[in-house]
Amino acid sequence: MAPIDSPLTLSLALLACWAVVGAAGLLRPHSVALVGRVLFPLGAIVGVGLAIVAALSLTEPVEHATLHIGLPDLPMHVRLDNLSRVFLALLGSASAGVSLFAAGYFRKGEGTAPGVMGLQYHLFLASMGFVLVADDAYAFMVAWETMALTSYFLVTAQHGIPEIRSAGFLYLLMAHVGAIAILLSFGILQGGTWLFSFDAMRESTLSTPWATAAFLLALFGFGAKAGLLPLHVWLPEAHPAAPSPVSALMSGVMLKTAIYGVLRVTFDLIGDPLWWWGLIPLALGLATAIFGVVFAAVQTDMKRLLAYSSVENIGVLFTGIGLAIVFHGVGMTELAALALVAVLYHSINHAFMKSLLFLGTGAVLHATGERNLGRLGGLIHRMPWAAWLTLVGVLAIAGLPPLNGFVSEWLLLQTFLFSHEVPQPFVNMLLPLGAAIVALAAALAGYVMVKFFGIVFLGQPRESSLAVAHDVDGFEKAGLVWLAIGCVLLGLLPNQVIHALGAATEQLVGAAPNLAGQSWWMLAPLTERDVSYAPLVLLAVIVAVVAATFLIVRIVYRRPVRRAPTWDCGFGRLDPRMQDTAEGFGQPIRHIFVSFFEMERDLPSPHDQAPRYRVKVSDRFWKGVYLPIAALLARAANSVAWLQQGRISVYLTYSFITLVLLLAVML
Amino acid sequence: MQHTPFDLQLLNACAAILLLLSFAMLAQRRIVALVNLLALQGAMLFIATMLLAWRTGQNHLYVSAALTLGLKVIALPWLLHMLIKRLNVQWDSEPLLNVPGTMLIGLVTVVFSFGLAQPIAELASTATRNSLGIAVAVILLAFITMITRRKAMSQVVGFLSMENGLFFGAMSATYGMPMIVEFGVALDVLVAMLVLGVFFFQIREQFDSLDLHHLESLKEDQ
Repeated sequence: MAPIDSPLTLSLALLACWAVVGAAGLLRPHSVALVGRVLFPLGAIVGVGLAIVAALSLTEPVEHATLHIGLPDLPMHVRLDNLSRVFLALLGSASAGVSLFAAGYFRKGEGTAPGVMGLQYHLFLASMGFVLVADDAYAFMVAWETMALTSYFLVTAQHGIPEIRSAGFLYLLMAHVGAIAILLSFGILQGGTWLFSFDAMRESTLSTPWATAAFLLALFGFGAKAGLLPLHVWLPEAHPAAPSPVSALMSGVMLKTAIYGVLRVTFDLIGDPLWWWGLIPLALGLATAIFGVVFAAVQTDMKRLLAYSSVENIGVLFTGIGLAIVFHGVGMTELAALALVAVLYHSINHAFMKSLLFLGTGAVLHATGERNLGRLGGLIHRMPWAAWLTLVGVLAIAGLPPLNGFVSEWLLLQTFLFSHEVPQPFVNMLLPLGAAIVALAAALAGYVMVKFFGIVFLGQPRESSLAVAHDVDGFEKAGLVWLAIGCVLLGLLPNQVIHALGAATEQLVGAAPNLAGQSWWMLAPLTERDVSYAPLVLLAVIVAVVAATFLIVRIVYRRPVRRAPTWDCGFGRLDPRMQDTAEGFGQPIRHIFVSFFEMERDLPSPHDQAPRYRVKVSDRFWKGVYLPIAALLARAANSVAWLQQGRISVYLTYSFITLVLLLAVML
Repeated sequence: MQHTPFDLQLLNACAAILLLLSFAMLAQRRIVALVNLLALQGAMLFIATMLLAWRTGQNHLYVSAALTLGLKVIALPWLLHMLIKRLNVQWDSEPLLNVPGTMLIGLVTVVFSFGLAQPIAELASTATRNSLGIAVAVILLAFITMITRRKAMSQVVGFLSMENGLFFGAMSATYGMPMIVEFGVALDVLVAMLVLGVFFFQIREQFDSLDLHHLESLKEDQ
């Protein structure tokens, strides 16, 4: 057993604290004061503690422990290594902001009682943490399923609404299909030893076909959790259905447990992945990225838009994983490490920025009761705090320097630039195409974010009810500020972050990006090339240019600022309904990528007195993949449905015949 | 021919009576009588266990016997009688179609059971190994009882009778299960009984009857 003050013991104790904090909510389940003002902030403190413990222990050796909890004679193994530490730090730090926001968010009379909600929320956090430290298949699956179940209940918090119930069902279904694949993958990985501890899996050697099968099953299972194409359909349904802090946790943190799982299985449990495996997540990741961002561009519901944007980011992450596998497989460990750093960095970044954005939509939703982009607008005047903090997240996720989203995407593109050195002729010709797709996805992500921010916060309010919108305050503001600061710091201090992440890549692929001898403010991931990035200098330049522009304008133009209505081109009165709409903004994308969509459009006739334009964009995968599978299942079920007679005596006869046959055969 | 000791003969007699009672239950159409038969079966089980305990000197069998007496002879039949009174079904009788046919199936089952138990009995070292066939037969007959009944109450009686058979089987093959298992099973039966009692009230409330063919309407339509 590990000593009492070891990071592993502390981490486990903090996870237990989350469970206790959650359970305390049951004392007075309907008290918003207790659950909101006391327990959620406590949960945030635990999160900060977990992040600190994990981050400070990054260079320490691997720790093991055996927990005798749960079933007798079936102990749970736990292990704290650098990969776990990176993800625990992500979990703790990002969830701290979300918990702070949630402290001010949950109100009375919205679906599940606050105390029950708090229990589910904190168990969700604790189970995600336990997924990250589990060191045998049993502990992993228990934690994984707890995570799926608690998040299911959180998604269906407002279970009175049929759409939310069906979204929850779809989510639970996909989660279980994925879990079965993961379980089967573990079943292969144990390699005939029938020992399900991860240590045994590390030591067992598998033949190539079996190792490939294990990898593909893990990719399927974790891909289903992450929302990898074509297993993404649940994500745009379930994430928007949940209350905003839960959406933030699911998009920001839970998807990363799937990334963790893929990394764990591929680089740790299988150990030496073949290079061509990488092409699968690479291709799927690129497809997912472009698909997600194109769909995000045409959404009219702000939370669905963000959910599709999460799909895009998952695609980017899987692209990075694929690259890392390819590089590792052909022996270019330095580049594999760089790709992995990009993946880990982007995971952390996405956790912060997507949580920030989802919480921003939560603030808007609470202030206006509206999720439809077509009914929002001009909120920057009413909700300056929410707007400016969301702007930080928007700029970050659009990949603009000096914020964090830029760094990780830049790193990934840098990695792509070296792919021509891969000693596989076709691969090194095709990989630059991947770089182009990533760049396209990044650019379109910028477009999506302009749409999101511009339509929600800028312009004029499209509805009169928006005039009473109130800004965030107290805990909600604190949560947003925490995440925004995270986005800024992660952007300004890339060297420090990469150095820390190097500890994890060292463990996974045996190499870390070489930053020795570099100045602390200048990032040059591969020293032999002359590419470098100095965020602080860039920030200083930006500040200087802005200040100079401001001063020059002030000096040149001395008259007072005059406010007047927008020029209406002589058309008469302009009203807020004439602003560009979400549909209008997305139209060019819908036009260019028309083959991606299944579209239903009602165009009004020119003589219509009350014209209505309606467009419904749906996912081709739904019709092309899911409905045929569902129909097939229904047919198969119907063909054995005659077994169900509804009569107990018939069922008993089945049992009787089975028993007699078994007895007769076995003896 | 080898002379069988008197106590073992008694034991075999008990086993035979158990089997006979199973057949009686298969043919019985009144619920109150069915419960009485179950109690009688429990009593036989009690006597057999006492005999075996006395013969082998295994103390834990006395505890088993006490459990049997308390639970199967007194508590469960009493509970069932209470339920029957509360539900007012003491006059229920089921038109058990084709008693001779059921009996014939029962006979085939008994032959099958003895054939089945033969190889196991040869492996067992206990004095009571010959009763193993009877135990299997009791289990399967109870099963048939359950299959051929339509009233919820008789299903439960069949279920309890099956448990008797299992208990007897364990006893004859290995002088009883470990104490902890026996306690567990006893508790399970008691809890199952209570839960089923609740179900009875629910079923009756829903359908105004305990006839199980009403439950057919719960089946999913195609």
